[in-house]
Amino acid sequence: MKKRKDQCGRRGEKIFSNICVMPSLIGVLIFFLIPFGIVVYYSVINNPIMHDFVGIENYKKLIETVAFKKATANTVTFSCIAVPLAVILSLWFAVLLERNIPGKSLVRTFFLSPLMVPTASVVLVWQVLFHNNGTLNQIIEMFGGNSIDWLKSSYGQVVIIVMFLWKNMGYNMILFMSALAGIPRDIIEVAKLEGASGWYQFVHIKLRYLSPTILFVLILSLINSFKIFREVYLLTGDYPYELYMLQHFMNNTFNSLDYQKLSAAAVLFSLVMIVIIAILLAVEDYFGKDVE
Amino acid sequence: MNIKRKEKFLNIAVMIFAFVAALMFVMPTVLTIANSFMTSSEISANYGVMLENMTEDKKTYISENLNLKFIPDKVTFDQYRDVLLKNPDYLLKFWNSVALTVPITVFQMILAIITSYGFSRYPNKFKSIIFFAYIILMIMPYQVTLVPNFLVAEKFNILDTRWAIILPGIFSPFSVFLLSKVMRRIPVSYVEAAKLDGANEFQILTKIHMPLCKGAIVSIAMLVFIDYWNMVEQPLVLMKDSAMHPLSVFLSQINTGDIGLAFAVGTVYMVPTILMFLYGEDYLIEGITYSGGIKG
Repeated sequence: MKKRKDQCGRRGEKIFSNICVMPSLIGVLIFFLIPFGIVVYYSVINNPIMHDFVGIENYKKLIETVAFKKATANTVTFSCIAVPLAVILSLWFAVLLERNIPGKSLVRTFFLSPLMVPTASVVLVWQVLFHNNGTLNQIIEMFGGNSIDWLKSSYGQVVIIVMFLWKNMGYNMILFMSALAGIPRDIIEVAKLEGASGWYQFVHIKLRYLSPTILFVLILSLINSFKIFREVYLLTGDYPYELYMLQHFMNNTFNSLDYQKLSAAAVLFSLVMIVIIAILLAVEDYFGKDVE
Repeated sequence: MNIKRKEKFLNIAVMIFAFVAALMFVMPTVLTIANSFMTSSEISANYGVMLENMTEDKKTYISENLNLKFIPDKVTFDQYRDVLLKNPDYLLKFWNSVALTVPITVFQMILAIITSYGFSRYPNKFKSIIFFAYIILMIMPYQVTLVPNFLVAEKFNILDTRWAIILPGIFSPFSVFLLSKVMRRIPVSYVEAAKLDGANEFQILTKIHMPLCKGAIVSIAMLVFIDYWNMVEQPLVLMKDSAMHPLSVFLSQINTGDIGLAFAVGTVYMVPTILMFLYGEDYLIEGITYSGGIKG
């Protein structure tokens, strides 16, 4: 951002703008930052009564918990598949819709609509689709395949990936569409004149310009991928067969009031998130610097 | 000539493909609405298997398979009558959703307007550090933030009340992040001109920043609303009493019971957000476009 020299202003105005930030800052401190400090503290003591420092004891216990391992494995598997798919598919659709086709805005509206539909409202349709005797299995059997028990086998991941893409692709697509529209036309024209193929244009020009958007969509999809608990909970309830996610683990730990385990899990999770985001930002910095 | 024809053919192919895909995206919503108008006998004929809990040898139900149908044999409003008039439970849960979502959205937006103004005027090092902290906080999933929220709620004795969800919701940094980015794009010259005309800081906020950001404010409010309208995690952790749960959580319990009702309740529940979408789609798209890029 450019420095705003002309915004010197009087002292009182500067103070006013600082005061504006205060209510929000105080709220964030009270409800998020200070309690998070306490969470970090809880994660290294033995219990809230004794307050004995135990180092990484709680973390060790957490990692050895079977439920935590299962929840982490399921969540990581889901995010690792769903997030890249959400980025690639929505980028692909955005590029497809760059063509001059009629009814483009209607298509865009349809793609965006799941964003504004509460998951709880439509979950029943998904249940019917993926039920053992449901629509999808009927289609599979019609073509001579064997029916799959979607929700109660490891195929459950497929179900929630589909639901995730359904909900999030529209948003991502709009971000990509606006980024694609922002690429300077003359560069593309020159490339075309010099005989660059569509694929070459995409990889060497468009992708470079899109890299900040790709990063943003990646981070956004990653954040949203941890909200998949909603879909899983509405589909399968408190104790799902195969889809035991991190939030299930957290909820059940809340019920048993095991503060040490909870705190350790929250701290560990936040560290992992910070590391992932830092890596993504560094990668983007490396690839995107020459376009800006 | 040949290239042009090929291009035309490709366009048609892409169009058909895009429309089929787009139809699949609205299908679950349309099916839910369509099924909510079916009679209860039609529902049990189509979805009997789900109610029978999948015992293979029981053949009491009419159809062995689940049938998703687009068009009801006979349109009826019976399910709606049950939802809206007969059983107050659903309306109560709907009210619970409103009582949580509306205050969060309204106060989060008011706070966001004031805070973003503070962030966008006279930037300094202190503010940029805070802003960075907000970004980190925004990235944190519920699995992280719910633990501190729980501790605070316990400390203030507001666990199991609406405040346990509303208060952290108001201070959620998402809208501050988006709105600050929009406000920073307002040219300084506008502000300077207003100052020359004798406007004070408060007037600059209400007469320049707010009107210029109207679209962004509307779209961010929509995004905040739908996110909390959809909430599942917070009530499950912060409210033990299921009578206070919003409809978004309660729906999962009806789903296993009366399927016909569940379709109707689901449809009622999507009415506010669908209306918002139809009314404010352009705002929403504009707002999403603004949100692109984490740094800018």
